[in-house]
Amino acid sequence: MCLAIPGKVKKIFNDHTAEIEIGGIIKNVSLDLIPQVAVGDYVLLHAGFAIQVIDQKKALEIFRAWEGKVD
Amino acid sequence: MRYVDEYRNREIAQKILRQIKNISKRKINLMEVCGTHTVAIFRNGIRKMLPSNINLISGPGCPVCVTPISYIDEIIALSKKDDFIITTFGDMMRVPGSTSTLEKEKADGADIRIVYSTLDALKIAQNNSSKEVVFMGVGFETTSPTIASAVLKAQKEKINNFSVLSIAKIIPPAMKAILAAKEVNIDGFICPGHVSAIIGSQPYKFITTQYKIPCTICGFEPLDILQSIHMLIKQIEDNRAEVEIQYERVVKPDGNKIALNKINKVFKVIDSDWRGIGNIPLSGLEINDKYEQFNARKYEVEIEETKVPRGCRCGEVLRGVITPPECPLYRGICTPENPQGACMVSTEGTCAAYFKYN
Repeated sequence: MCLAIPGKVKKIFNDHTAEIEIGGIIKNVSLDLIPQVAVGDYVLLHAGFAIQVIDQKKALEIFRAWEGKVD
Repeated sequence: MRYVDEYRNREIAQKILRQIKNISKRKINLMEVCGTHTVAIFRNGIRKMLPSNINLISGPGCPVCVTPISYIDEIIALSKKDDFIITTFGDMMRVPGSTSTLEKEKADGADIRIVYSTLDALKIAQNNSSKEVVFMGVGFETTSPTIASAVLKAQKEKINNFSVLSIAKIIPPAMKAILAAKEVNIDGFICPGHVSAIIGSQPYKFITTQYKIPCTICGFEPLDILQSIHMLIKQIEDNRAEVEIQYERVVKPDGNKIALNKINKVFKVIDSDWRGIGNIPLSGLEINDKYEQFNARKYEVEIEETKVPRGCRCGEVLRGVITPPECPLYRGICTPENPQGACMVSTEGTCAAYFKYN
């Protein structure tokens, strides 16, 4: 039930909702729980709400840590 | 980046796995608390990849599974009232109450509607002003802010025919209850990523200080899970017990303060019954007195006497004490088509995951 998926913010509307693209599908979601987002941000969606912004720098760290690593 | 398939890279997965095998030799039990993790672990075959000394135990983190039978009976009683519409996430439809399910009641004529979001339930209320629309408030901290947001919106927009029958729950007290019961040896916790997106890392701190058990907050893709296991066994080998965040792209140490504020505003913390575990102090959320008009418990209903299915061992499965095949009903009379206990109903239930993937 705690499933949440990432999507990209395409448009932000005045009523604290946004148009989000998830793998080619567009969905309208509420920004009530994370009002500070910008177009182009990736957010995590759960049950019609964006619940967190994805930190794009931190998202790459796992690859930095392991890609060059020789074991 | 789409922040999904990149975290399914086979080459990196193999590197992490080799490191896991190099570091860890002793027998280790790790509990994945969250049902979404249980499914991700099975779907990606992670149990089979791991060396045999690392054992993954599924925990109590499926909200559908821990919802008590009496709550299902309560919502069914409400659904029988004239001019009531029950709205719910789809997962709850087939969960057995004492003698019925929402699915059966719907077939018998009750107005029960599946929604994707609390906001959809609000829309139904707006479009049916002569009826009372009750939302089934089931979920953990990931979901409870979305319920709180709907209540605040209902208040602001004066949608007075909307209410919530809350059975929302808080995860860390359940982890404490499992540790306090001492029924199962846990060397590390794979902590729920999306609950933590809201609550942050602080609420798990007592596990590392009081119980000296390492915790890692984990994402849901295969690399996330393998890296979290790697981080946990490193902590175990180094004799450390800290709350580490693997899922850093989503989880901040403080969580989501706006969401937490909404939870604190709309709900009060109460003792709560967990199916299979029992009553856990301060582990549930009830609508705050200030928002009483949006609490569906203002309606009096007669609830039938609770009947527990005979032989069902969901409770022990939820506490990690037994695995589903050890239950006499599993694969016999209890299957996803004909579930006896909630762990077989929910797609994220441990019994359903074993049935599908084992």
